[in-house]
Amino acid sequence: MPASPLLEVSDLSKRFPVRGSRSLVHAVDRVGFSLQAGESVGLVGESGCGKSTLVRLVTRLLDHTGGEIRFEGQEIGAIPSAHFAHRPERAKIQMVFQDPTDSLNPRFTAFDTVADPIRHLAGVSERRLLQDRVAEVADLVRLPGELLGRYPHQLSGGQQQRVGIARAIAVSPQLLILDEPTSALDVSVQAVILHLLAELRRRLGMSYLFVSHDLNVVRLITERVMVMYAGRIVEVGPTAEVFSRPNHPYTRALLSAIPTFDPNSRRERIRLPGEPQSPIDPSPTVCRFFGRCPEGFDRCAREMPALRHLGGDRHVACHLLDRDHDGEGPSE
Amino acid sequence: MRGAGPLLSVEDLSLEFRARDGTVRVLDGVGFTVGWGKTVGLVGESGSGKTITALAIMGVLPPTARVTAGRAVFKGTDLLAADERTLRRYRGSEISMTFQQARAALNPIRPVGRQIEDVIGHHTDLQPAAARSRTLDLLAGVQIPDPGRVYGAFPFELSGGMCQRVMIAMAVACSPSLLIADEPATGLDVCTQAAVLELIGDLARQNNMATLLISHDLGLLGERADRVVVMHAGHVVETAPTAALLAAPRHPYTAKLIASSPRPSVGLADLVTIPGTIPDFRAQLPPCRFSFRCDRAAPECDQPPLPRVVVGPDHVVACRRPL
Repeated sequence: MPASPLLEVSDLSKRFPVRGSRSLVHAVDRVGFSLQAGESVGLVGESGCGKSTLVRLVTRLLDHTGGEIRFEGQEIGAIPSAHFAHRPERAKIQMVFQDPTDSLNPRFTAFDTVADPIRHLAGVSERRLLQDRVAEVADLVRLPGELLGRYPHQLSGGQQQRVGIARAIAVSPQLLILDEPTSALDVSVQAVILHLLAELRRRLGMSYLFVSHDLNVVRLITERVMVMYAGRIVEVGPTAEVFSRPNHPYTRALLSAIPTFDPNSRRERIRLPGEPQSPIDPSPTVCRFFGRCPEGFDRCAREMPALRHLGGDRHVACHLLDRDHDGEGPSE
Repeated sequence: MRGAGPLLSVEDLSLEFRARDGTVRVLDGVGFTVGWGKTVGLVGESGSGKTITALAIMGVLPPTARVTAGRAVFKGTDLLAADERTLRRYRGSEISMTFQQARAALNPIRPVGRQIEDVIGHHTDLQPAAARSRTLDLLAGVQIPDPGRVYGAFPFELSGGMCQRVMIAMAVACSPSLLIADEPATGLDVCTQAAVLELIGDLARQNNMATLLISHDLGLLGERADRVVVMHAGHVVETAPTAALLAAPRHPYTAKLIASSPRPSVGLADLVTIPGTIPDFRAQLPPCRFSFRCDRAAPECDQPPLPRVVVGPDHVVACRRPL
C-alpha cells in the first residue's frame, strides 16, 4: 500500500441523541477506511445504514462524536463544521448531490451556481476571470454555453446534474463525493453522466467516493467497494473481487438481488427476513446483522465481529470465516 | 368469470393536455393488452407516458388532461366511456393501483390500518370487527412483521419499503383482477426492491391477479414480466414476450434502452448512450417520434402513418426499419 493516503478515516463514530431520552442513535459506529489519491471507491448499503451520515462527516457538514478524519495527513475531524467552510480544505473536498432539482438554488442561473464556489472558495472576484473559469468548467462537463443563463427549472435532469457536477469541480477538488448522483436520472441520461464522471476523473485526477445502492452502477465506476450495514463497514475489497466472491453474507444478499436482464437466470435471491436491528443503543456484543443473517450462529450473538484483513486488499467483519475455514473465507 | 379475449385491452388511446402555450399531445395511439393473470411490464423514460396511461385506465386523470380517442376495455366495459358510478365500483375492487412514493400517496394523518379498512368498507359489507381482522391478515400477507403495531402506525413512522407494502395490501384488499403498480421499486434499495417485486409476484400468483408493472428499469421487469410494452414519447414502440424482447429487441429504441442500462455483463466502455431527449410535444411531430434520436433513421421514416409490423409471435414493432 502506498505510504500516505489522501483520506484516512479511523474509528469514526456519530451518535445522535434521541429526543426525550438518554438513548443514542448509533448512525456511524467506529468506521475506518482509507482512500488513495486518484482512487474511486464505492460505498454501498441499504437506506438508513449510515451512508449519508458518513459522507456528511467526511465532507465536514456534520461533527463526529469520536474518531479521526485525516485529509492529506491533516486531522480535519476536530474542526467544527461551522468553521470548515472557511478553511482551505473546503475547496479540496466537494460533493455532488443525489437530486439535482433539490440541490440547485432555484433562484441561481447555471452561471451563478458554478461561479459561487469560485468566488467564495477560490477568491476570484474579477468578472472576466470568473467568466473564463465558469466557461472552462462548463466545457469540461459539456454544458453548452448558452445554457449558463438558465435557471434550474429551464434545464433537463441531465443538464441539471451537469451543473451540479460543474459546481463541485469548479474549485479543482482532490476528493469528489458523489451521493447517488444518477439515481434520479433515466437510464439513457445515467449512461451519459457515468461516462462523463469516468472521463473527468481521468482528466483531472480526482478521487471519488461514490455512494450508491445501485450495485450495477457501482461496479462500473469504482475500483474498490465498501459495504456498510447498520452503521458499520462489513466488507471492503477490490470491486471485481467482491462482486465475484463476496465474503460477507450481507454482501451476498445484496448481490443476489441485482437485476440481471436475463429472463432465464431466475436465480435464487437470498431473502433477508425482517427489518434491520434498531440503531438506538444497539448491543456492543451482538453482530448488527444477527437476526437477519441467513447464516448466523451462536457466536454472532455473543461477540461483535471486527473488520479484519483477509489477504490481498480484502477485509470482512464476520465470524463465519473462522467457522468455515481458517481465515480463508467460505468457499463457493 | 373469465370472458373471451384479454382482461384489459387499451386501444388507440390518445390524450392531450391543455397548457398555456397550446396543446400537448402526450399519448398518441397507445395500444396494448393485458391477459388474465399475466404480468405485463410497461417501460420507458420519464415523460414517455407510462403513468398517464395508467391514470387514464383508472379514470383519475388531472383536470387539464383530455382523452381525445381510444378505448380501454376491461372485462367488456370501456372504462374511458364509463360513468363515475361504474368507475367507483371498479376502482379498488376490480382494478387497483399503487403509486410511486408510497409514503406521499398514503393519507399522512390517518393510521395506515384504518386506510386499508376504508377500502374494505367501501366495497364490501363486512362488519367493522371483520374488516379489522381482514386488514391484519392483509398486513401479514404483505410480510409486515408486526401487523398489530403497523395497523395503528402513521405513514411517517414507517420506512419506504413498509409504506409500499401497506399500499400493496390496500390495493389487493378486495382481490382485484388487475393491479397497476407504478414504479413500485423506485426509491427503495436493492434488497427491498427485490422483496417488494417478489411479493407482488406471489400475490398475483395466489390470487390469479394480472399485473401491469410500470418501471423505467428494464432489468427489474426482465425477471418478472411475461410481456413487455416499450413506450417512447407517447407511442408504444414495441411489445413482445420478455425473453424475445431482451434477447433480440427489434425497435432501435428498445435496443438502445437495453444497451444503456448498467448490467452485470458489461463494462463502462460498452455502456451505450441515447442521444437527444424526448421531443417537445407542442411541436408538430413526425410519425415516428424517435426518428431524430435514431441512427437508423431514413427518409421513409417521415412518411405517415407510424407502422405496426408483426415481426414474430406476439411481437409487434412500430418501426419502418426494425433491427
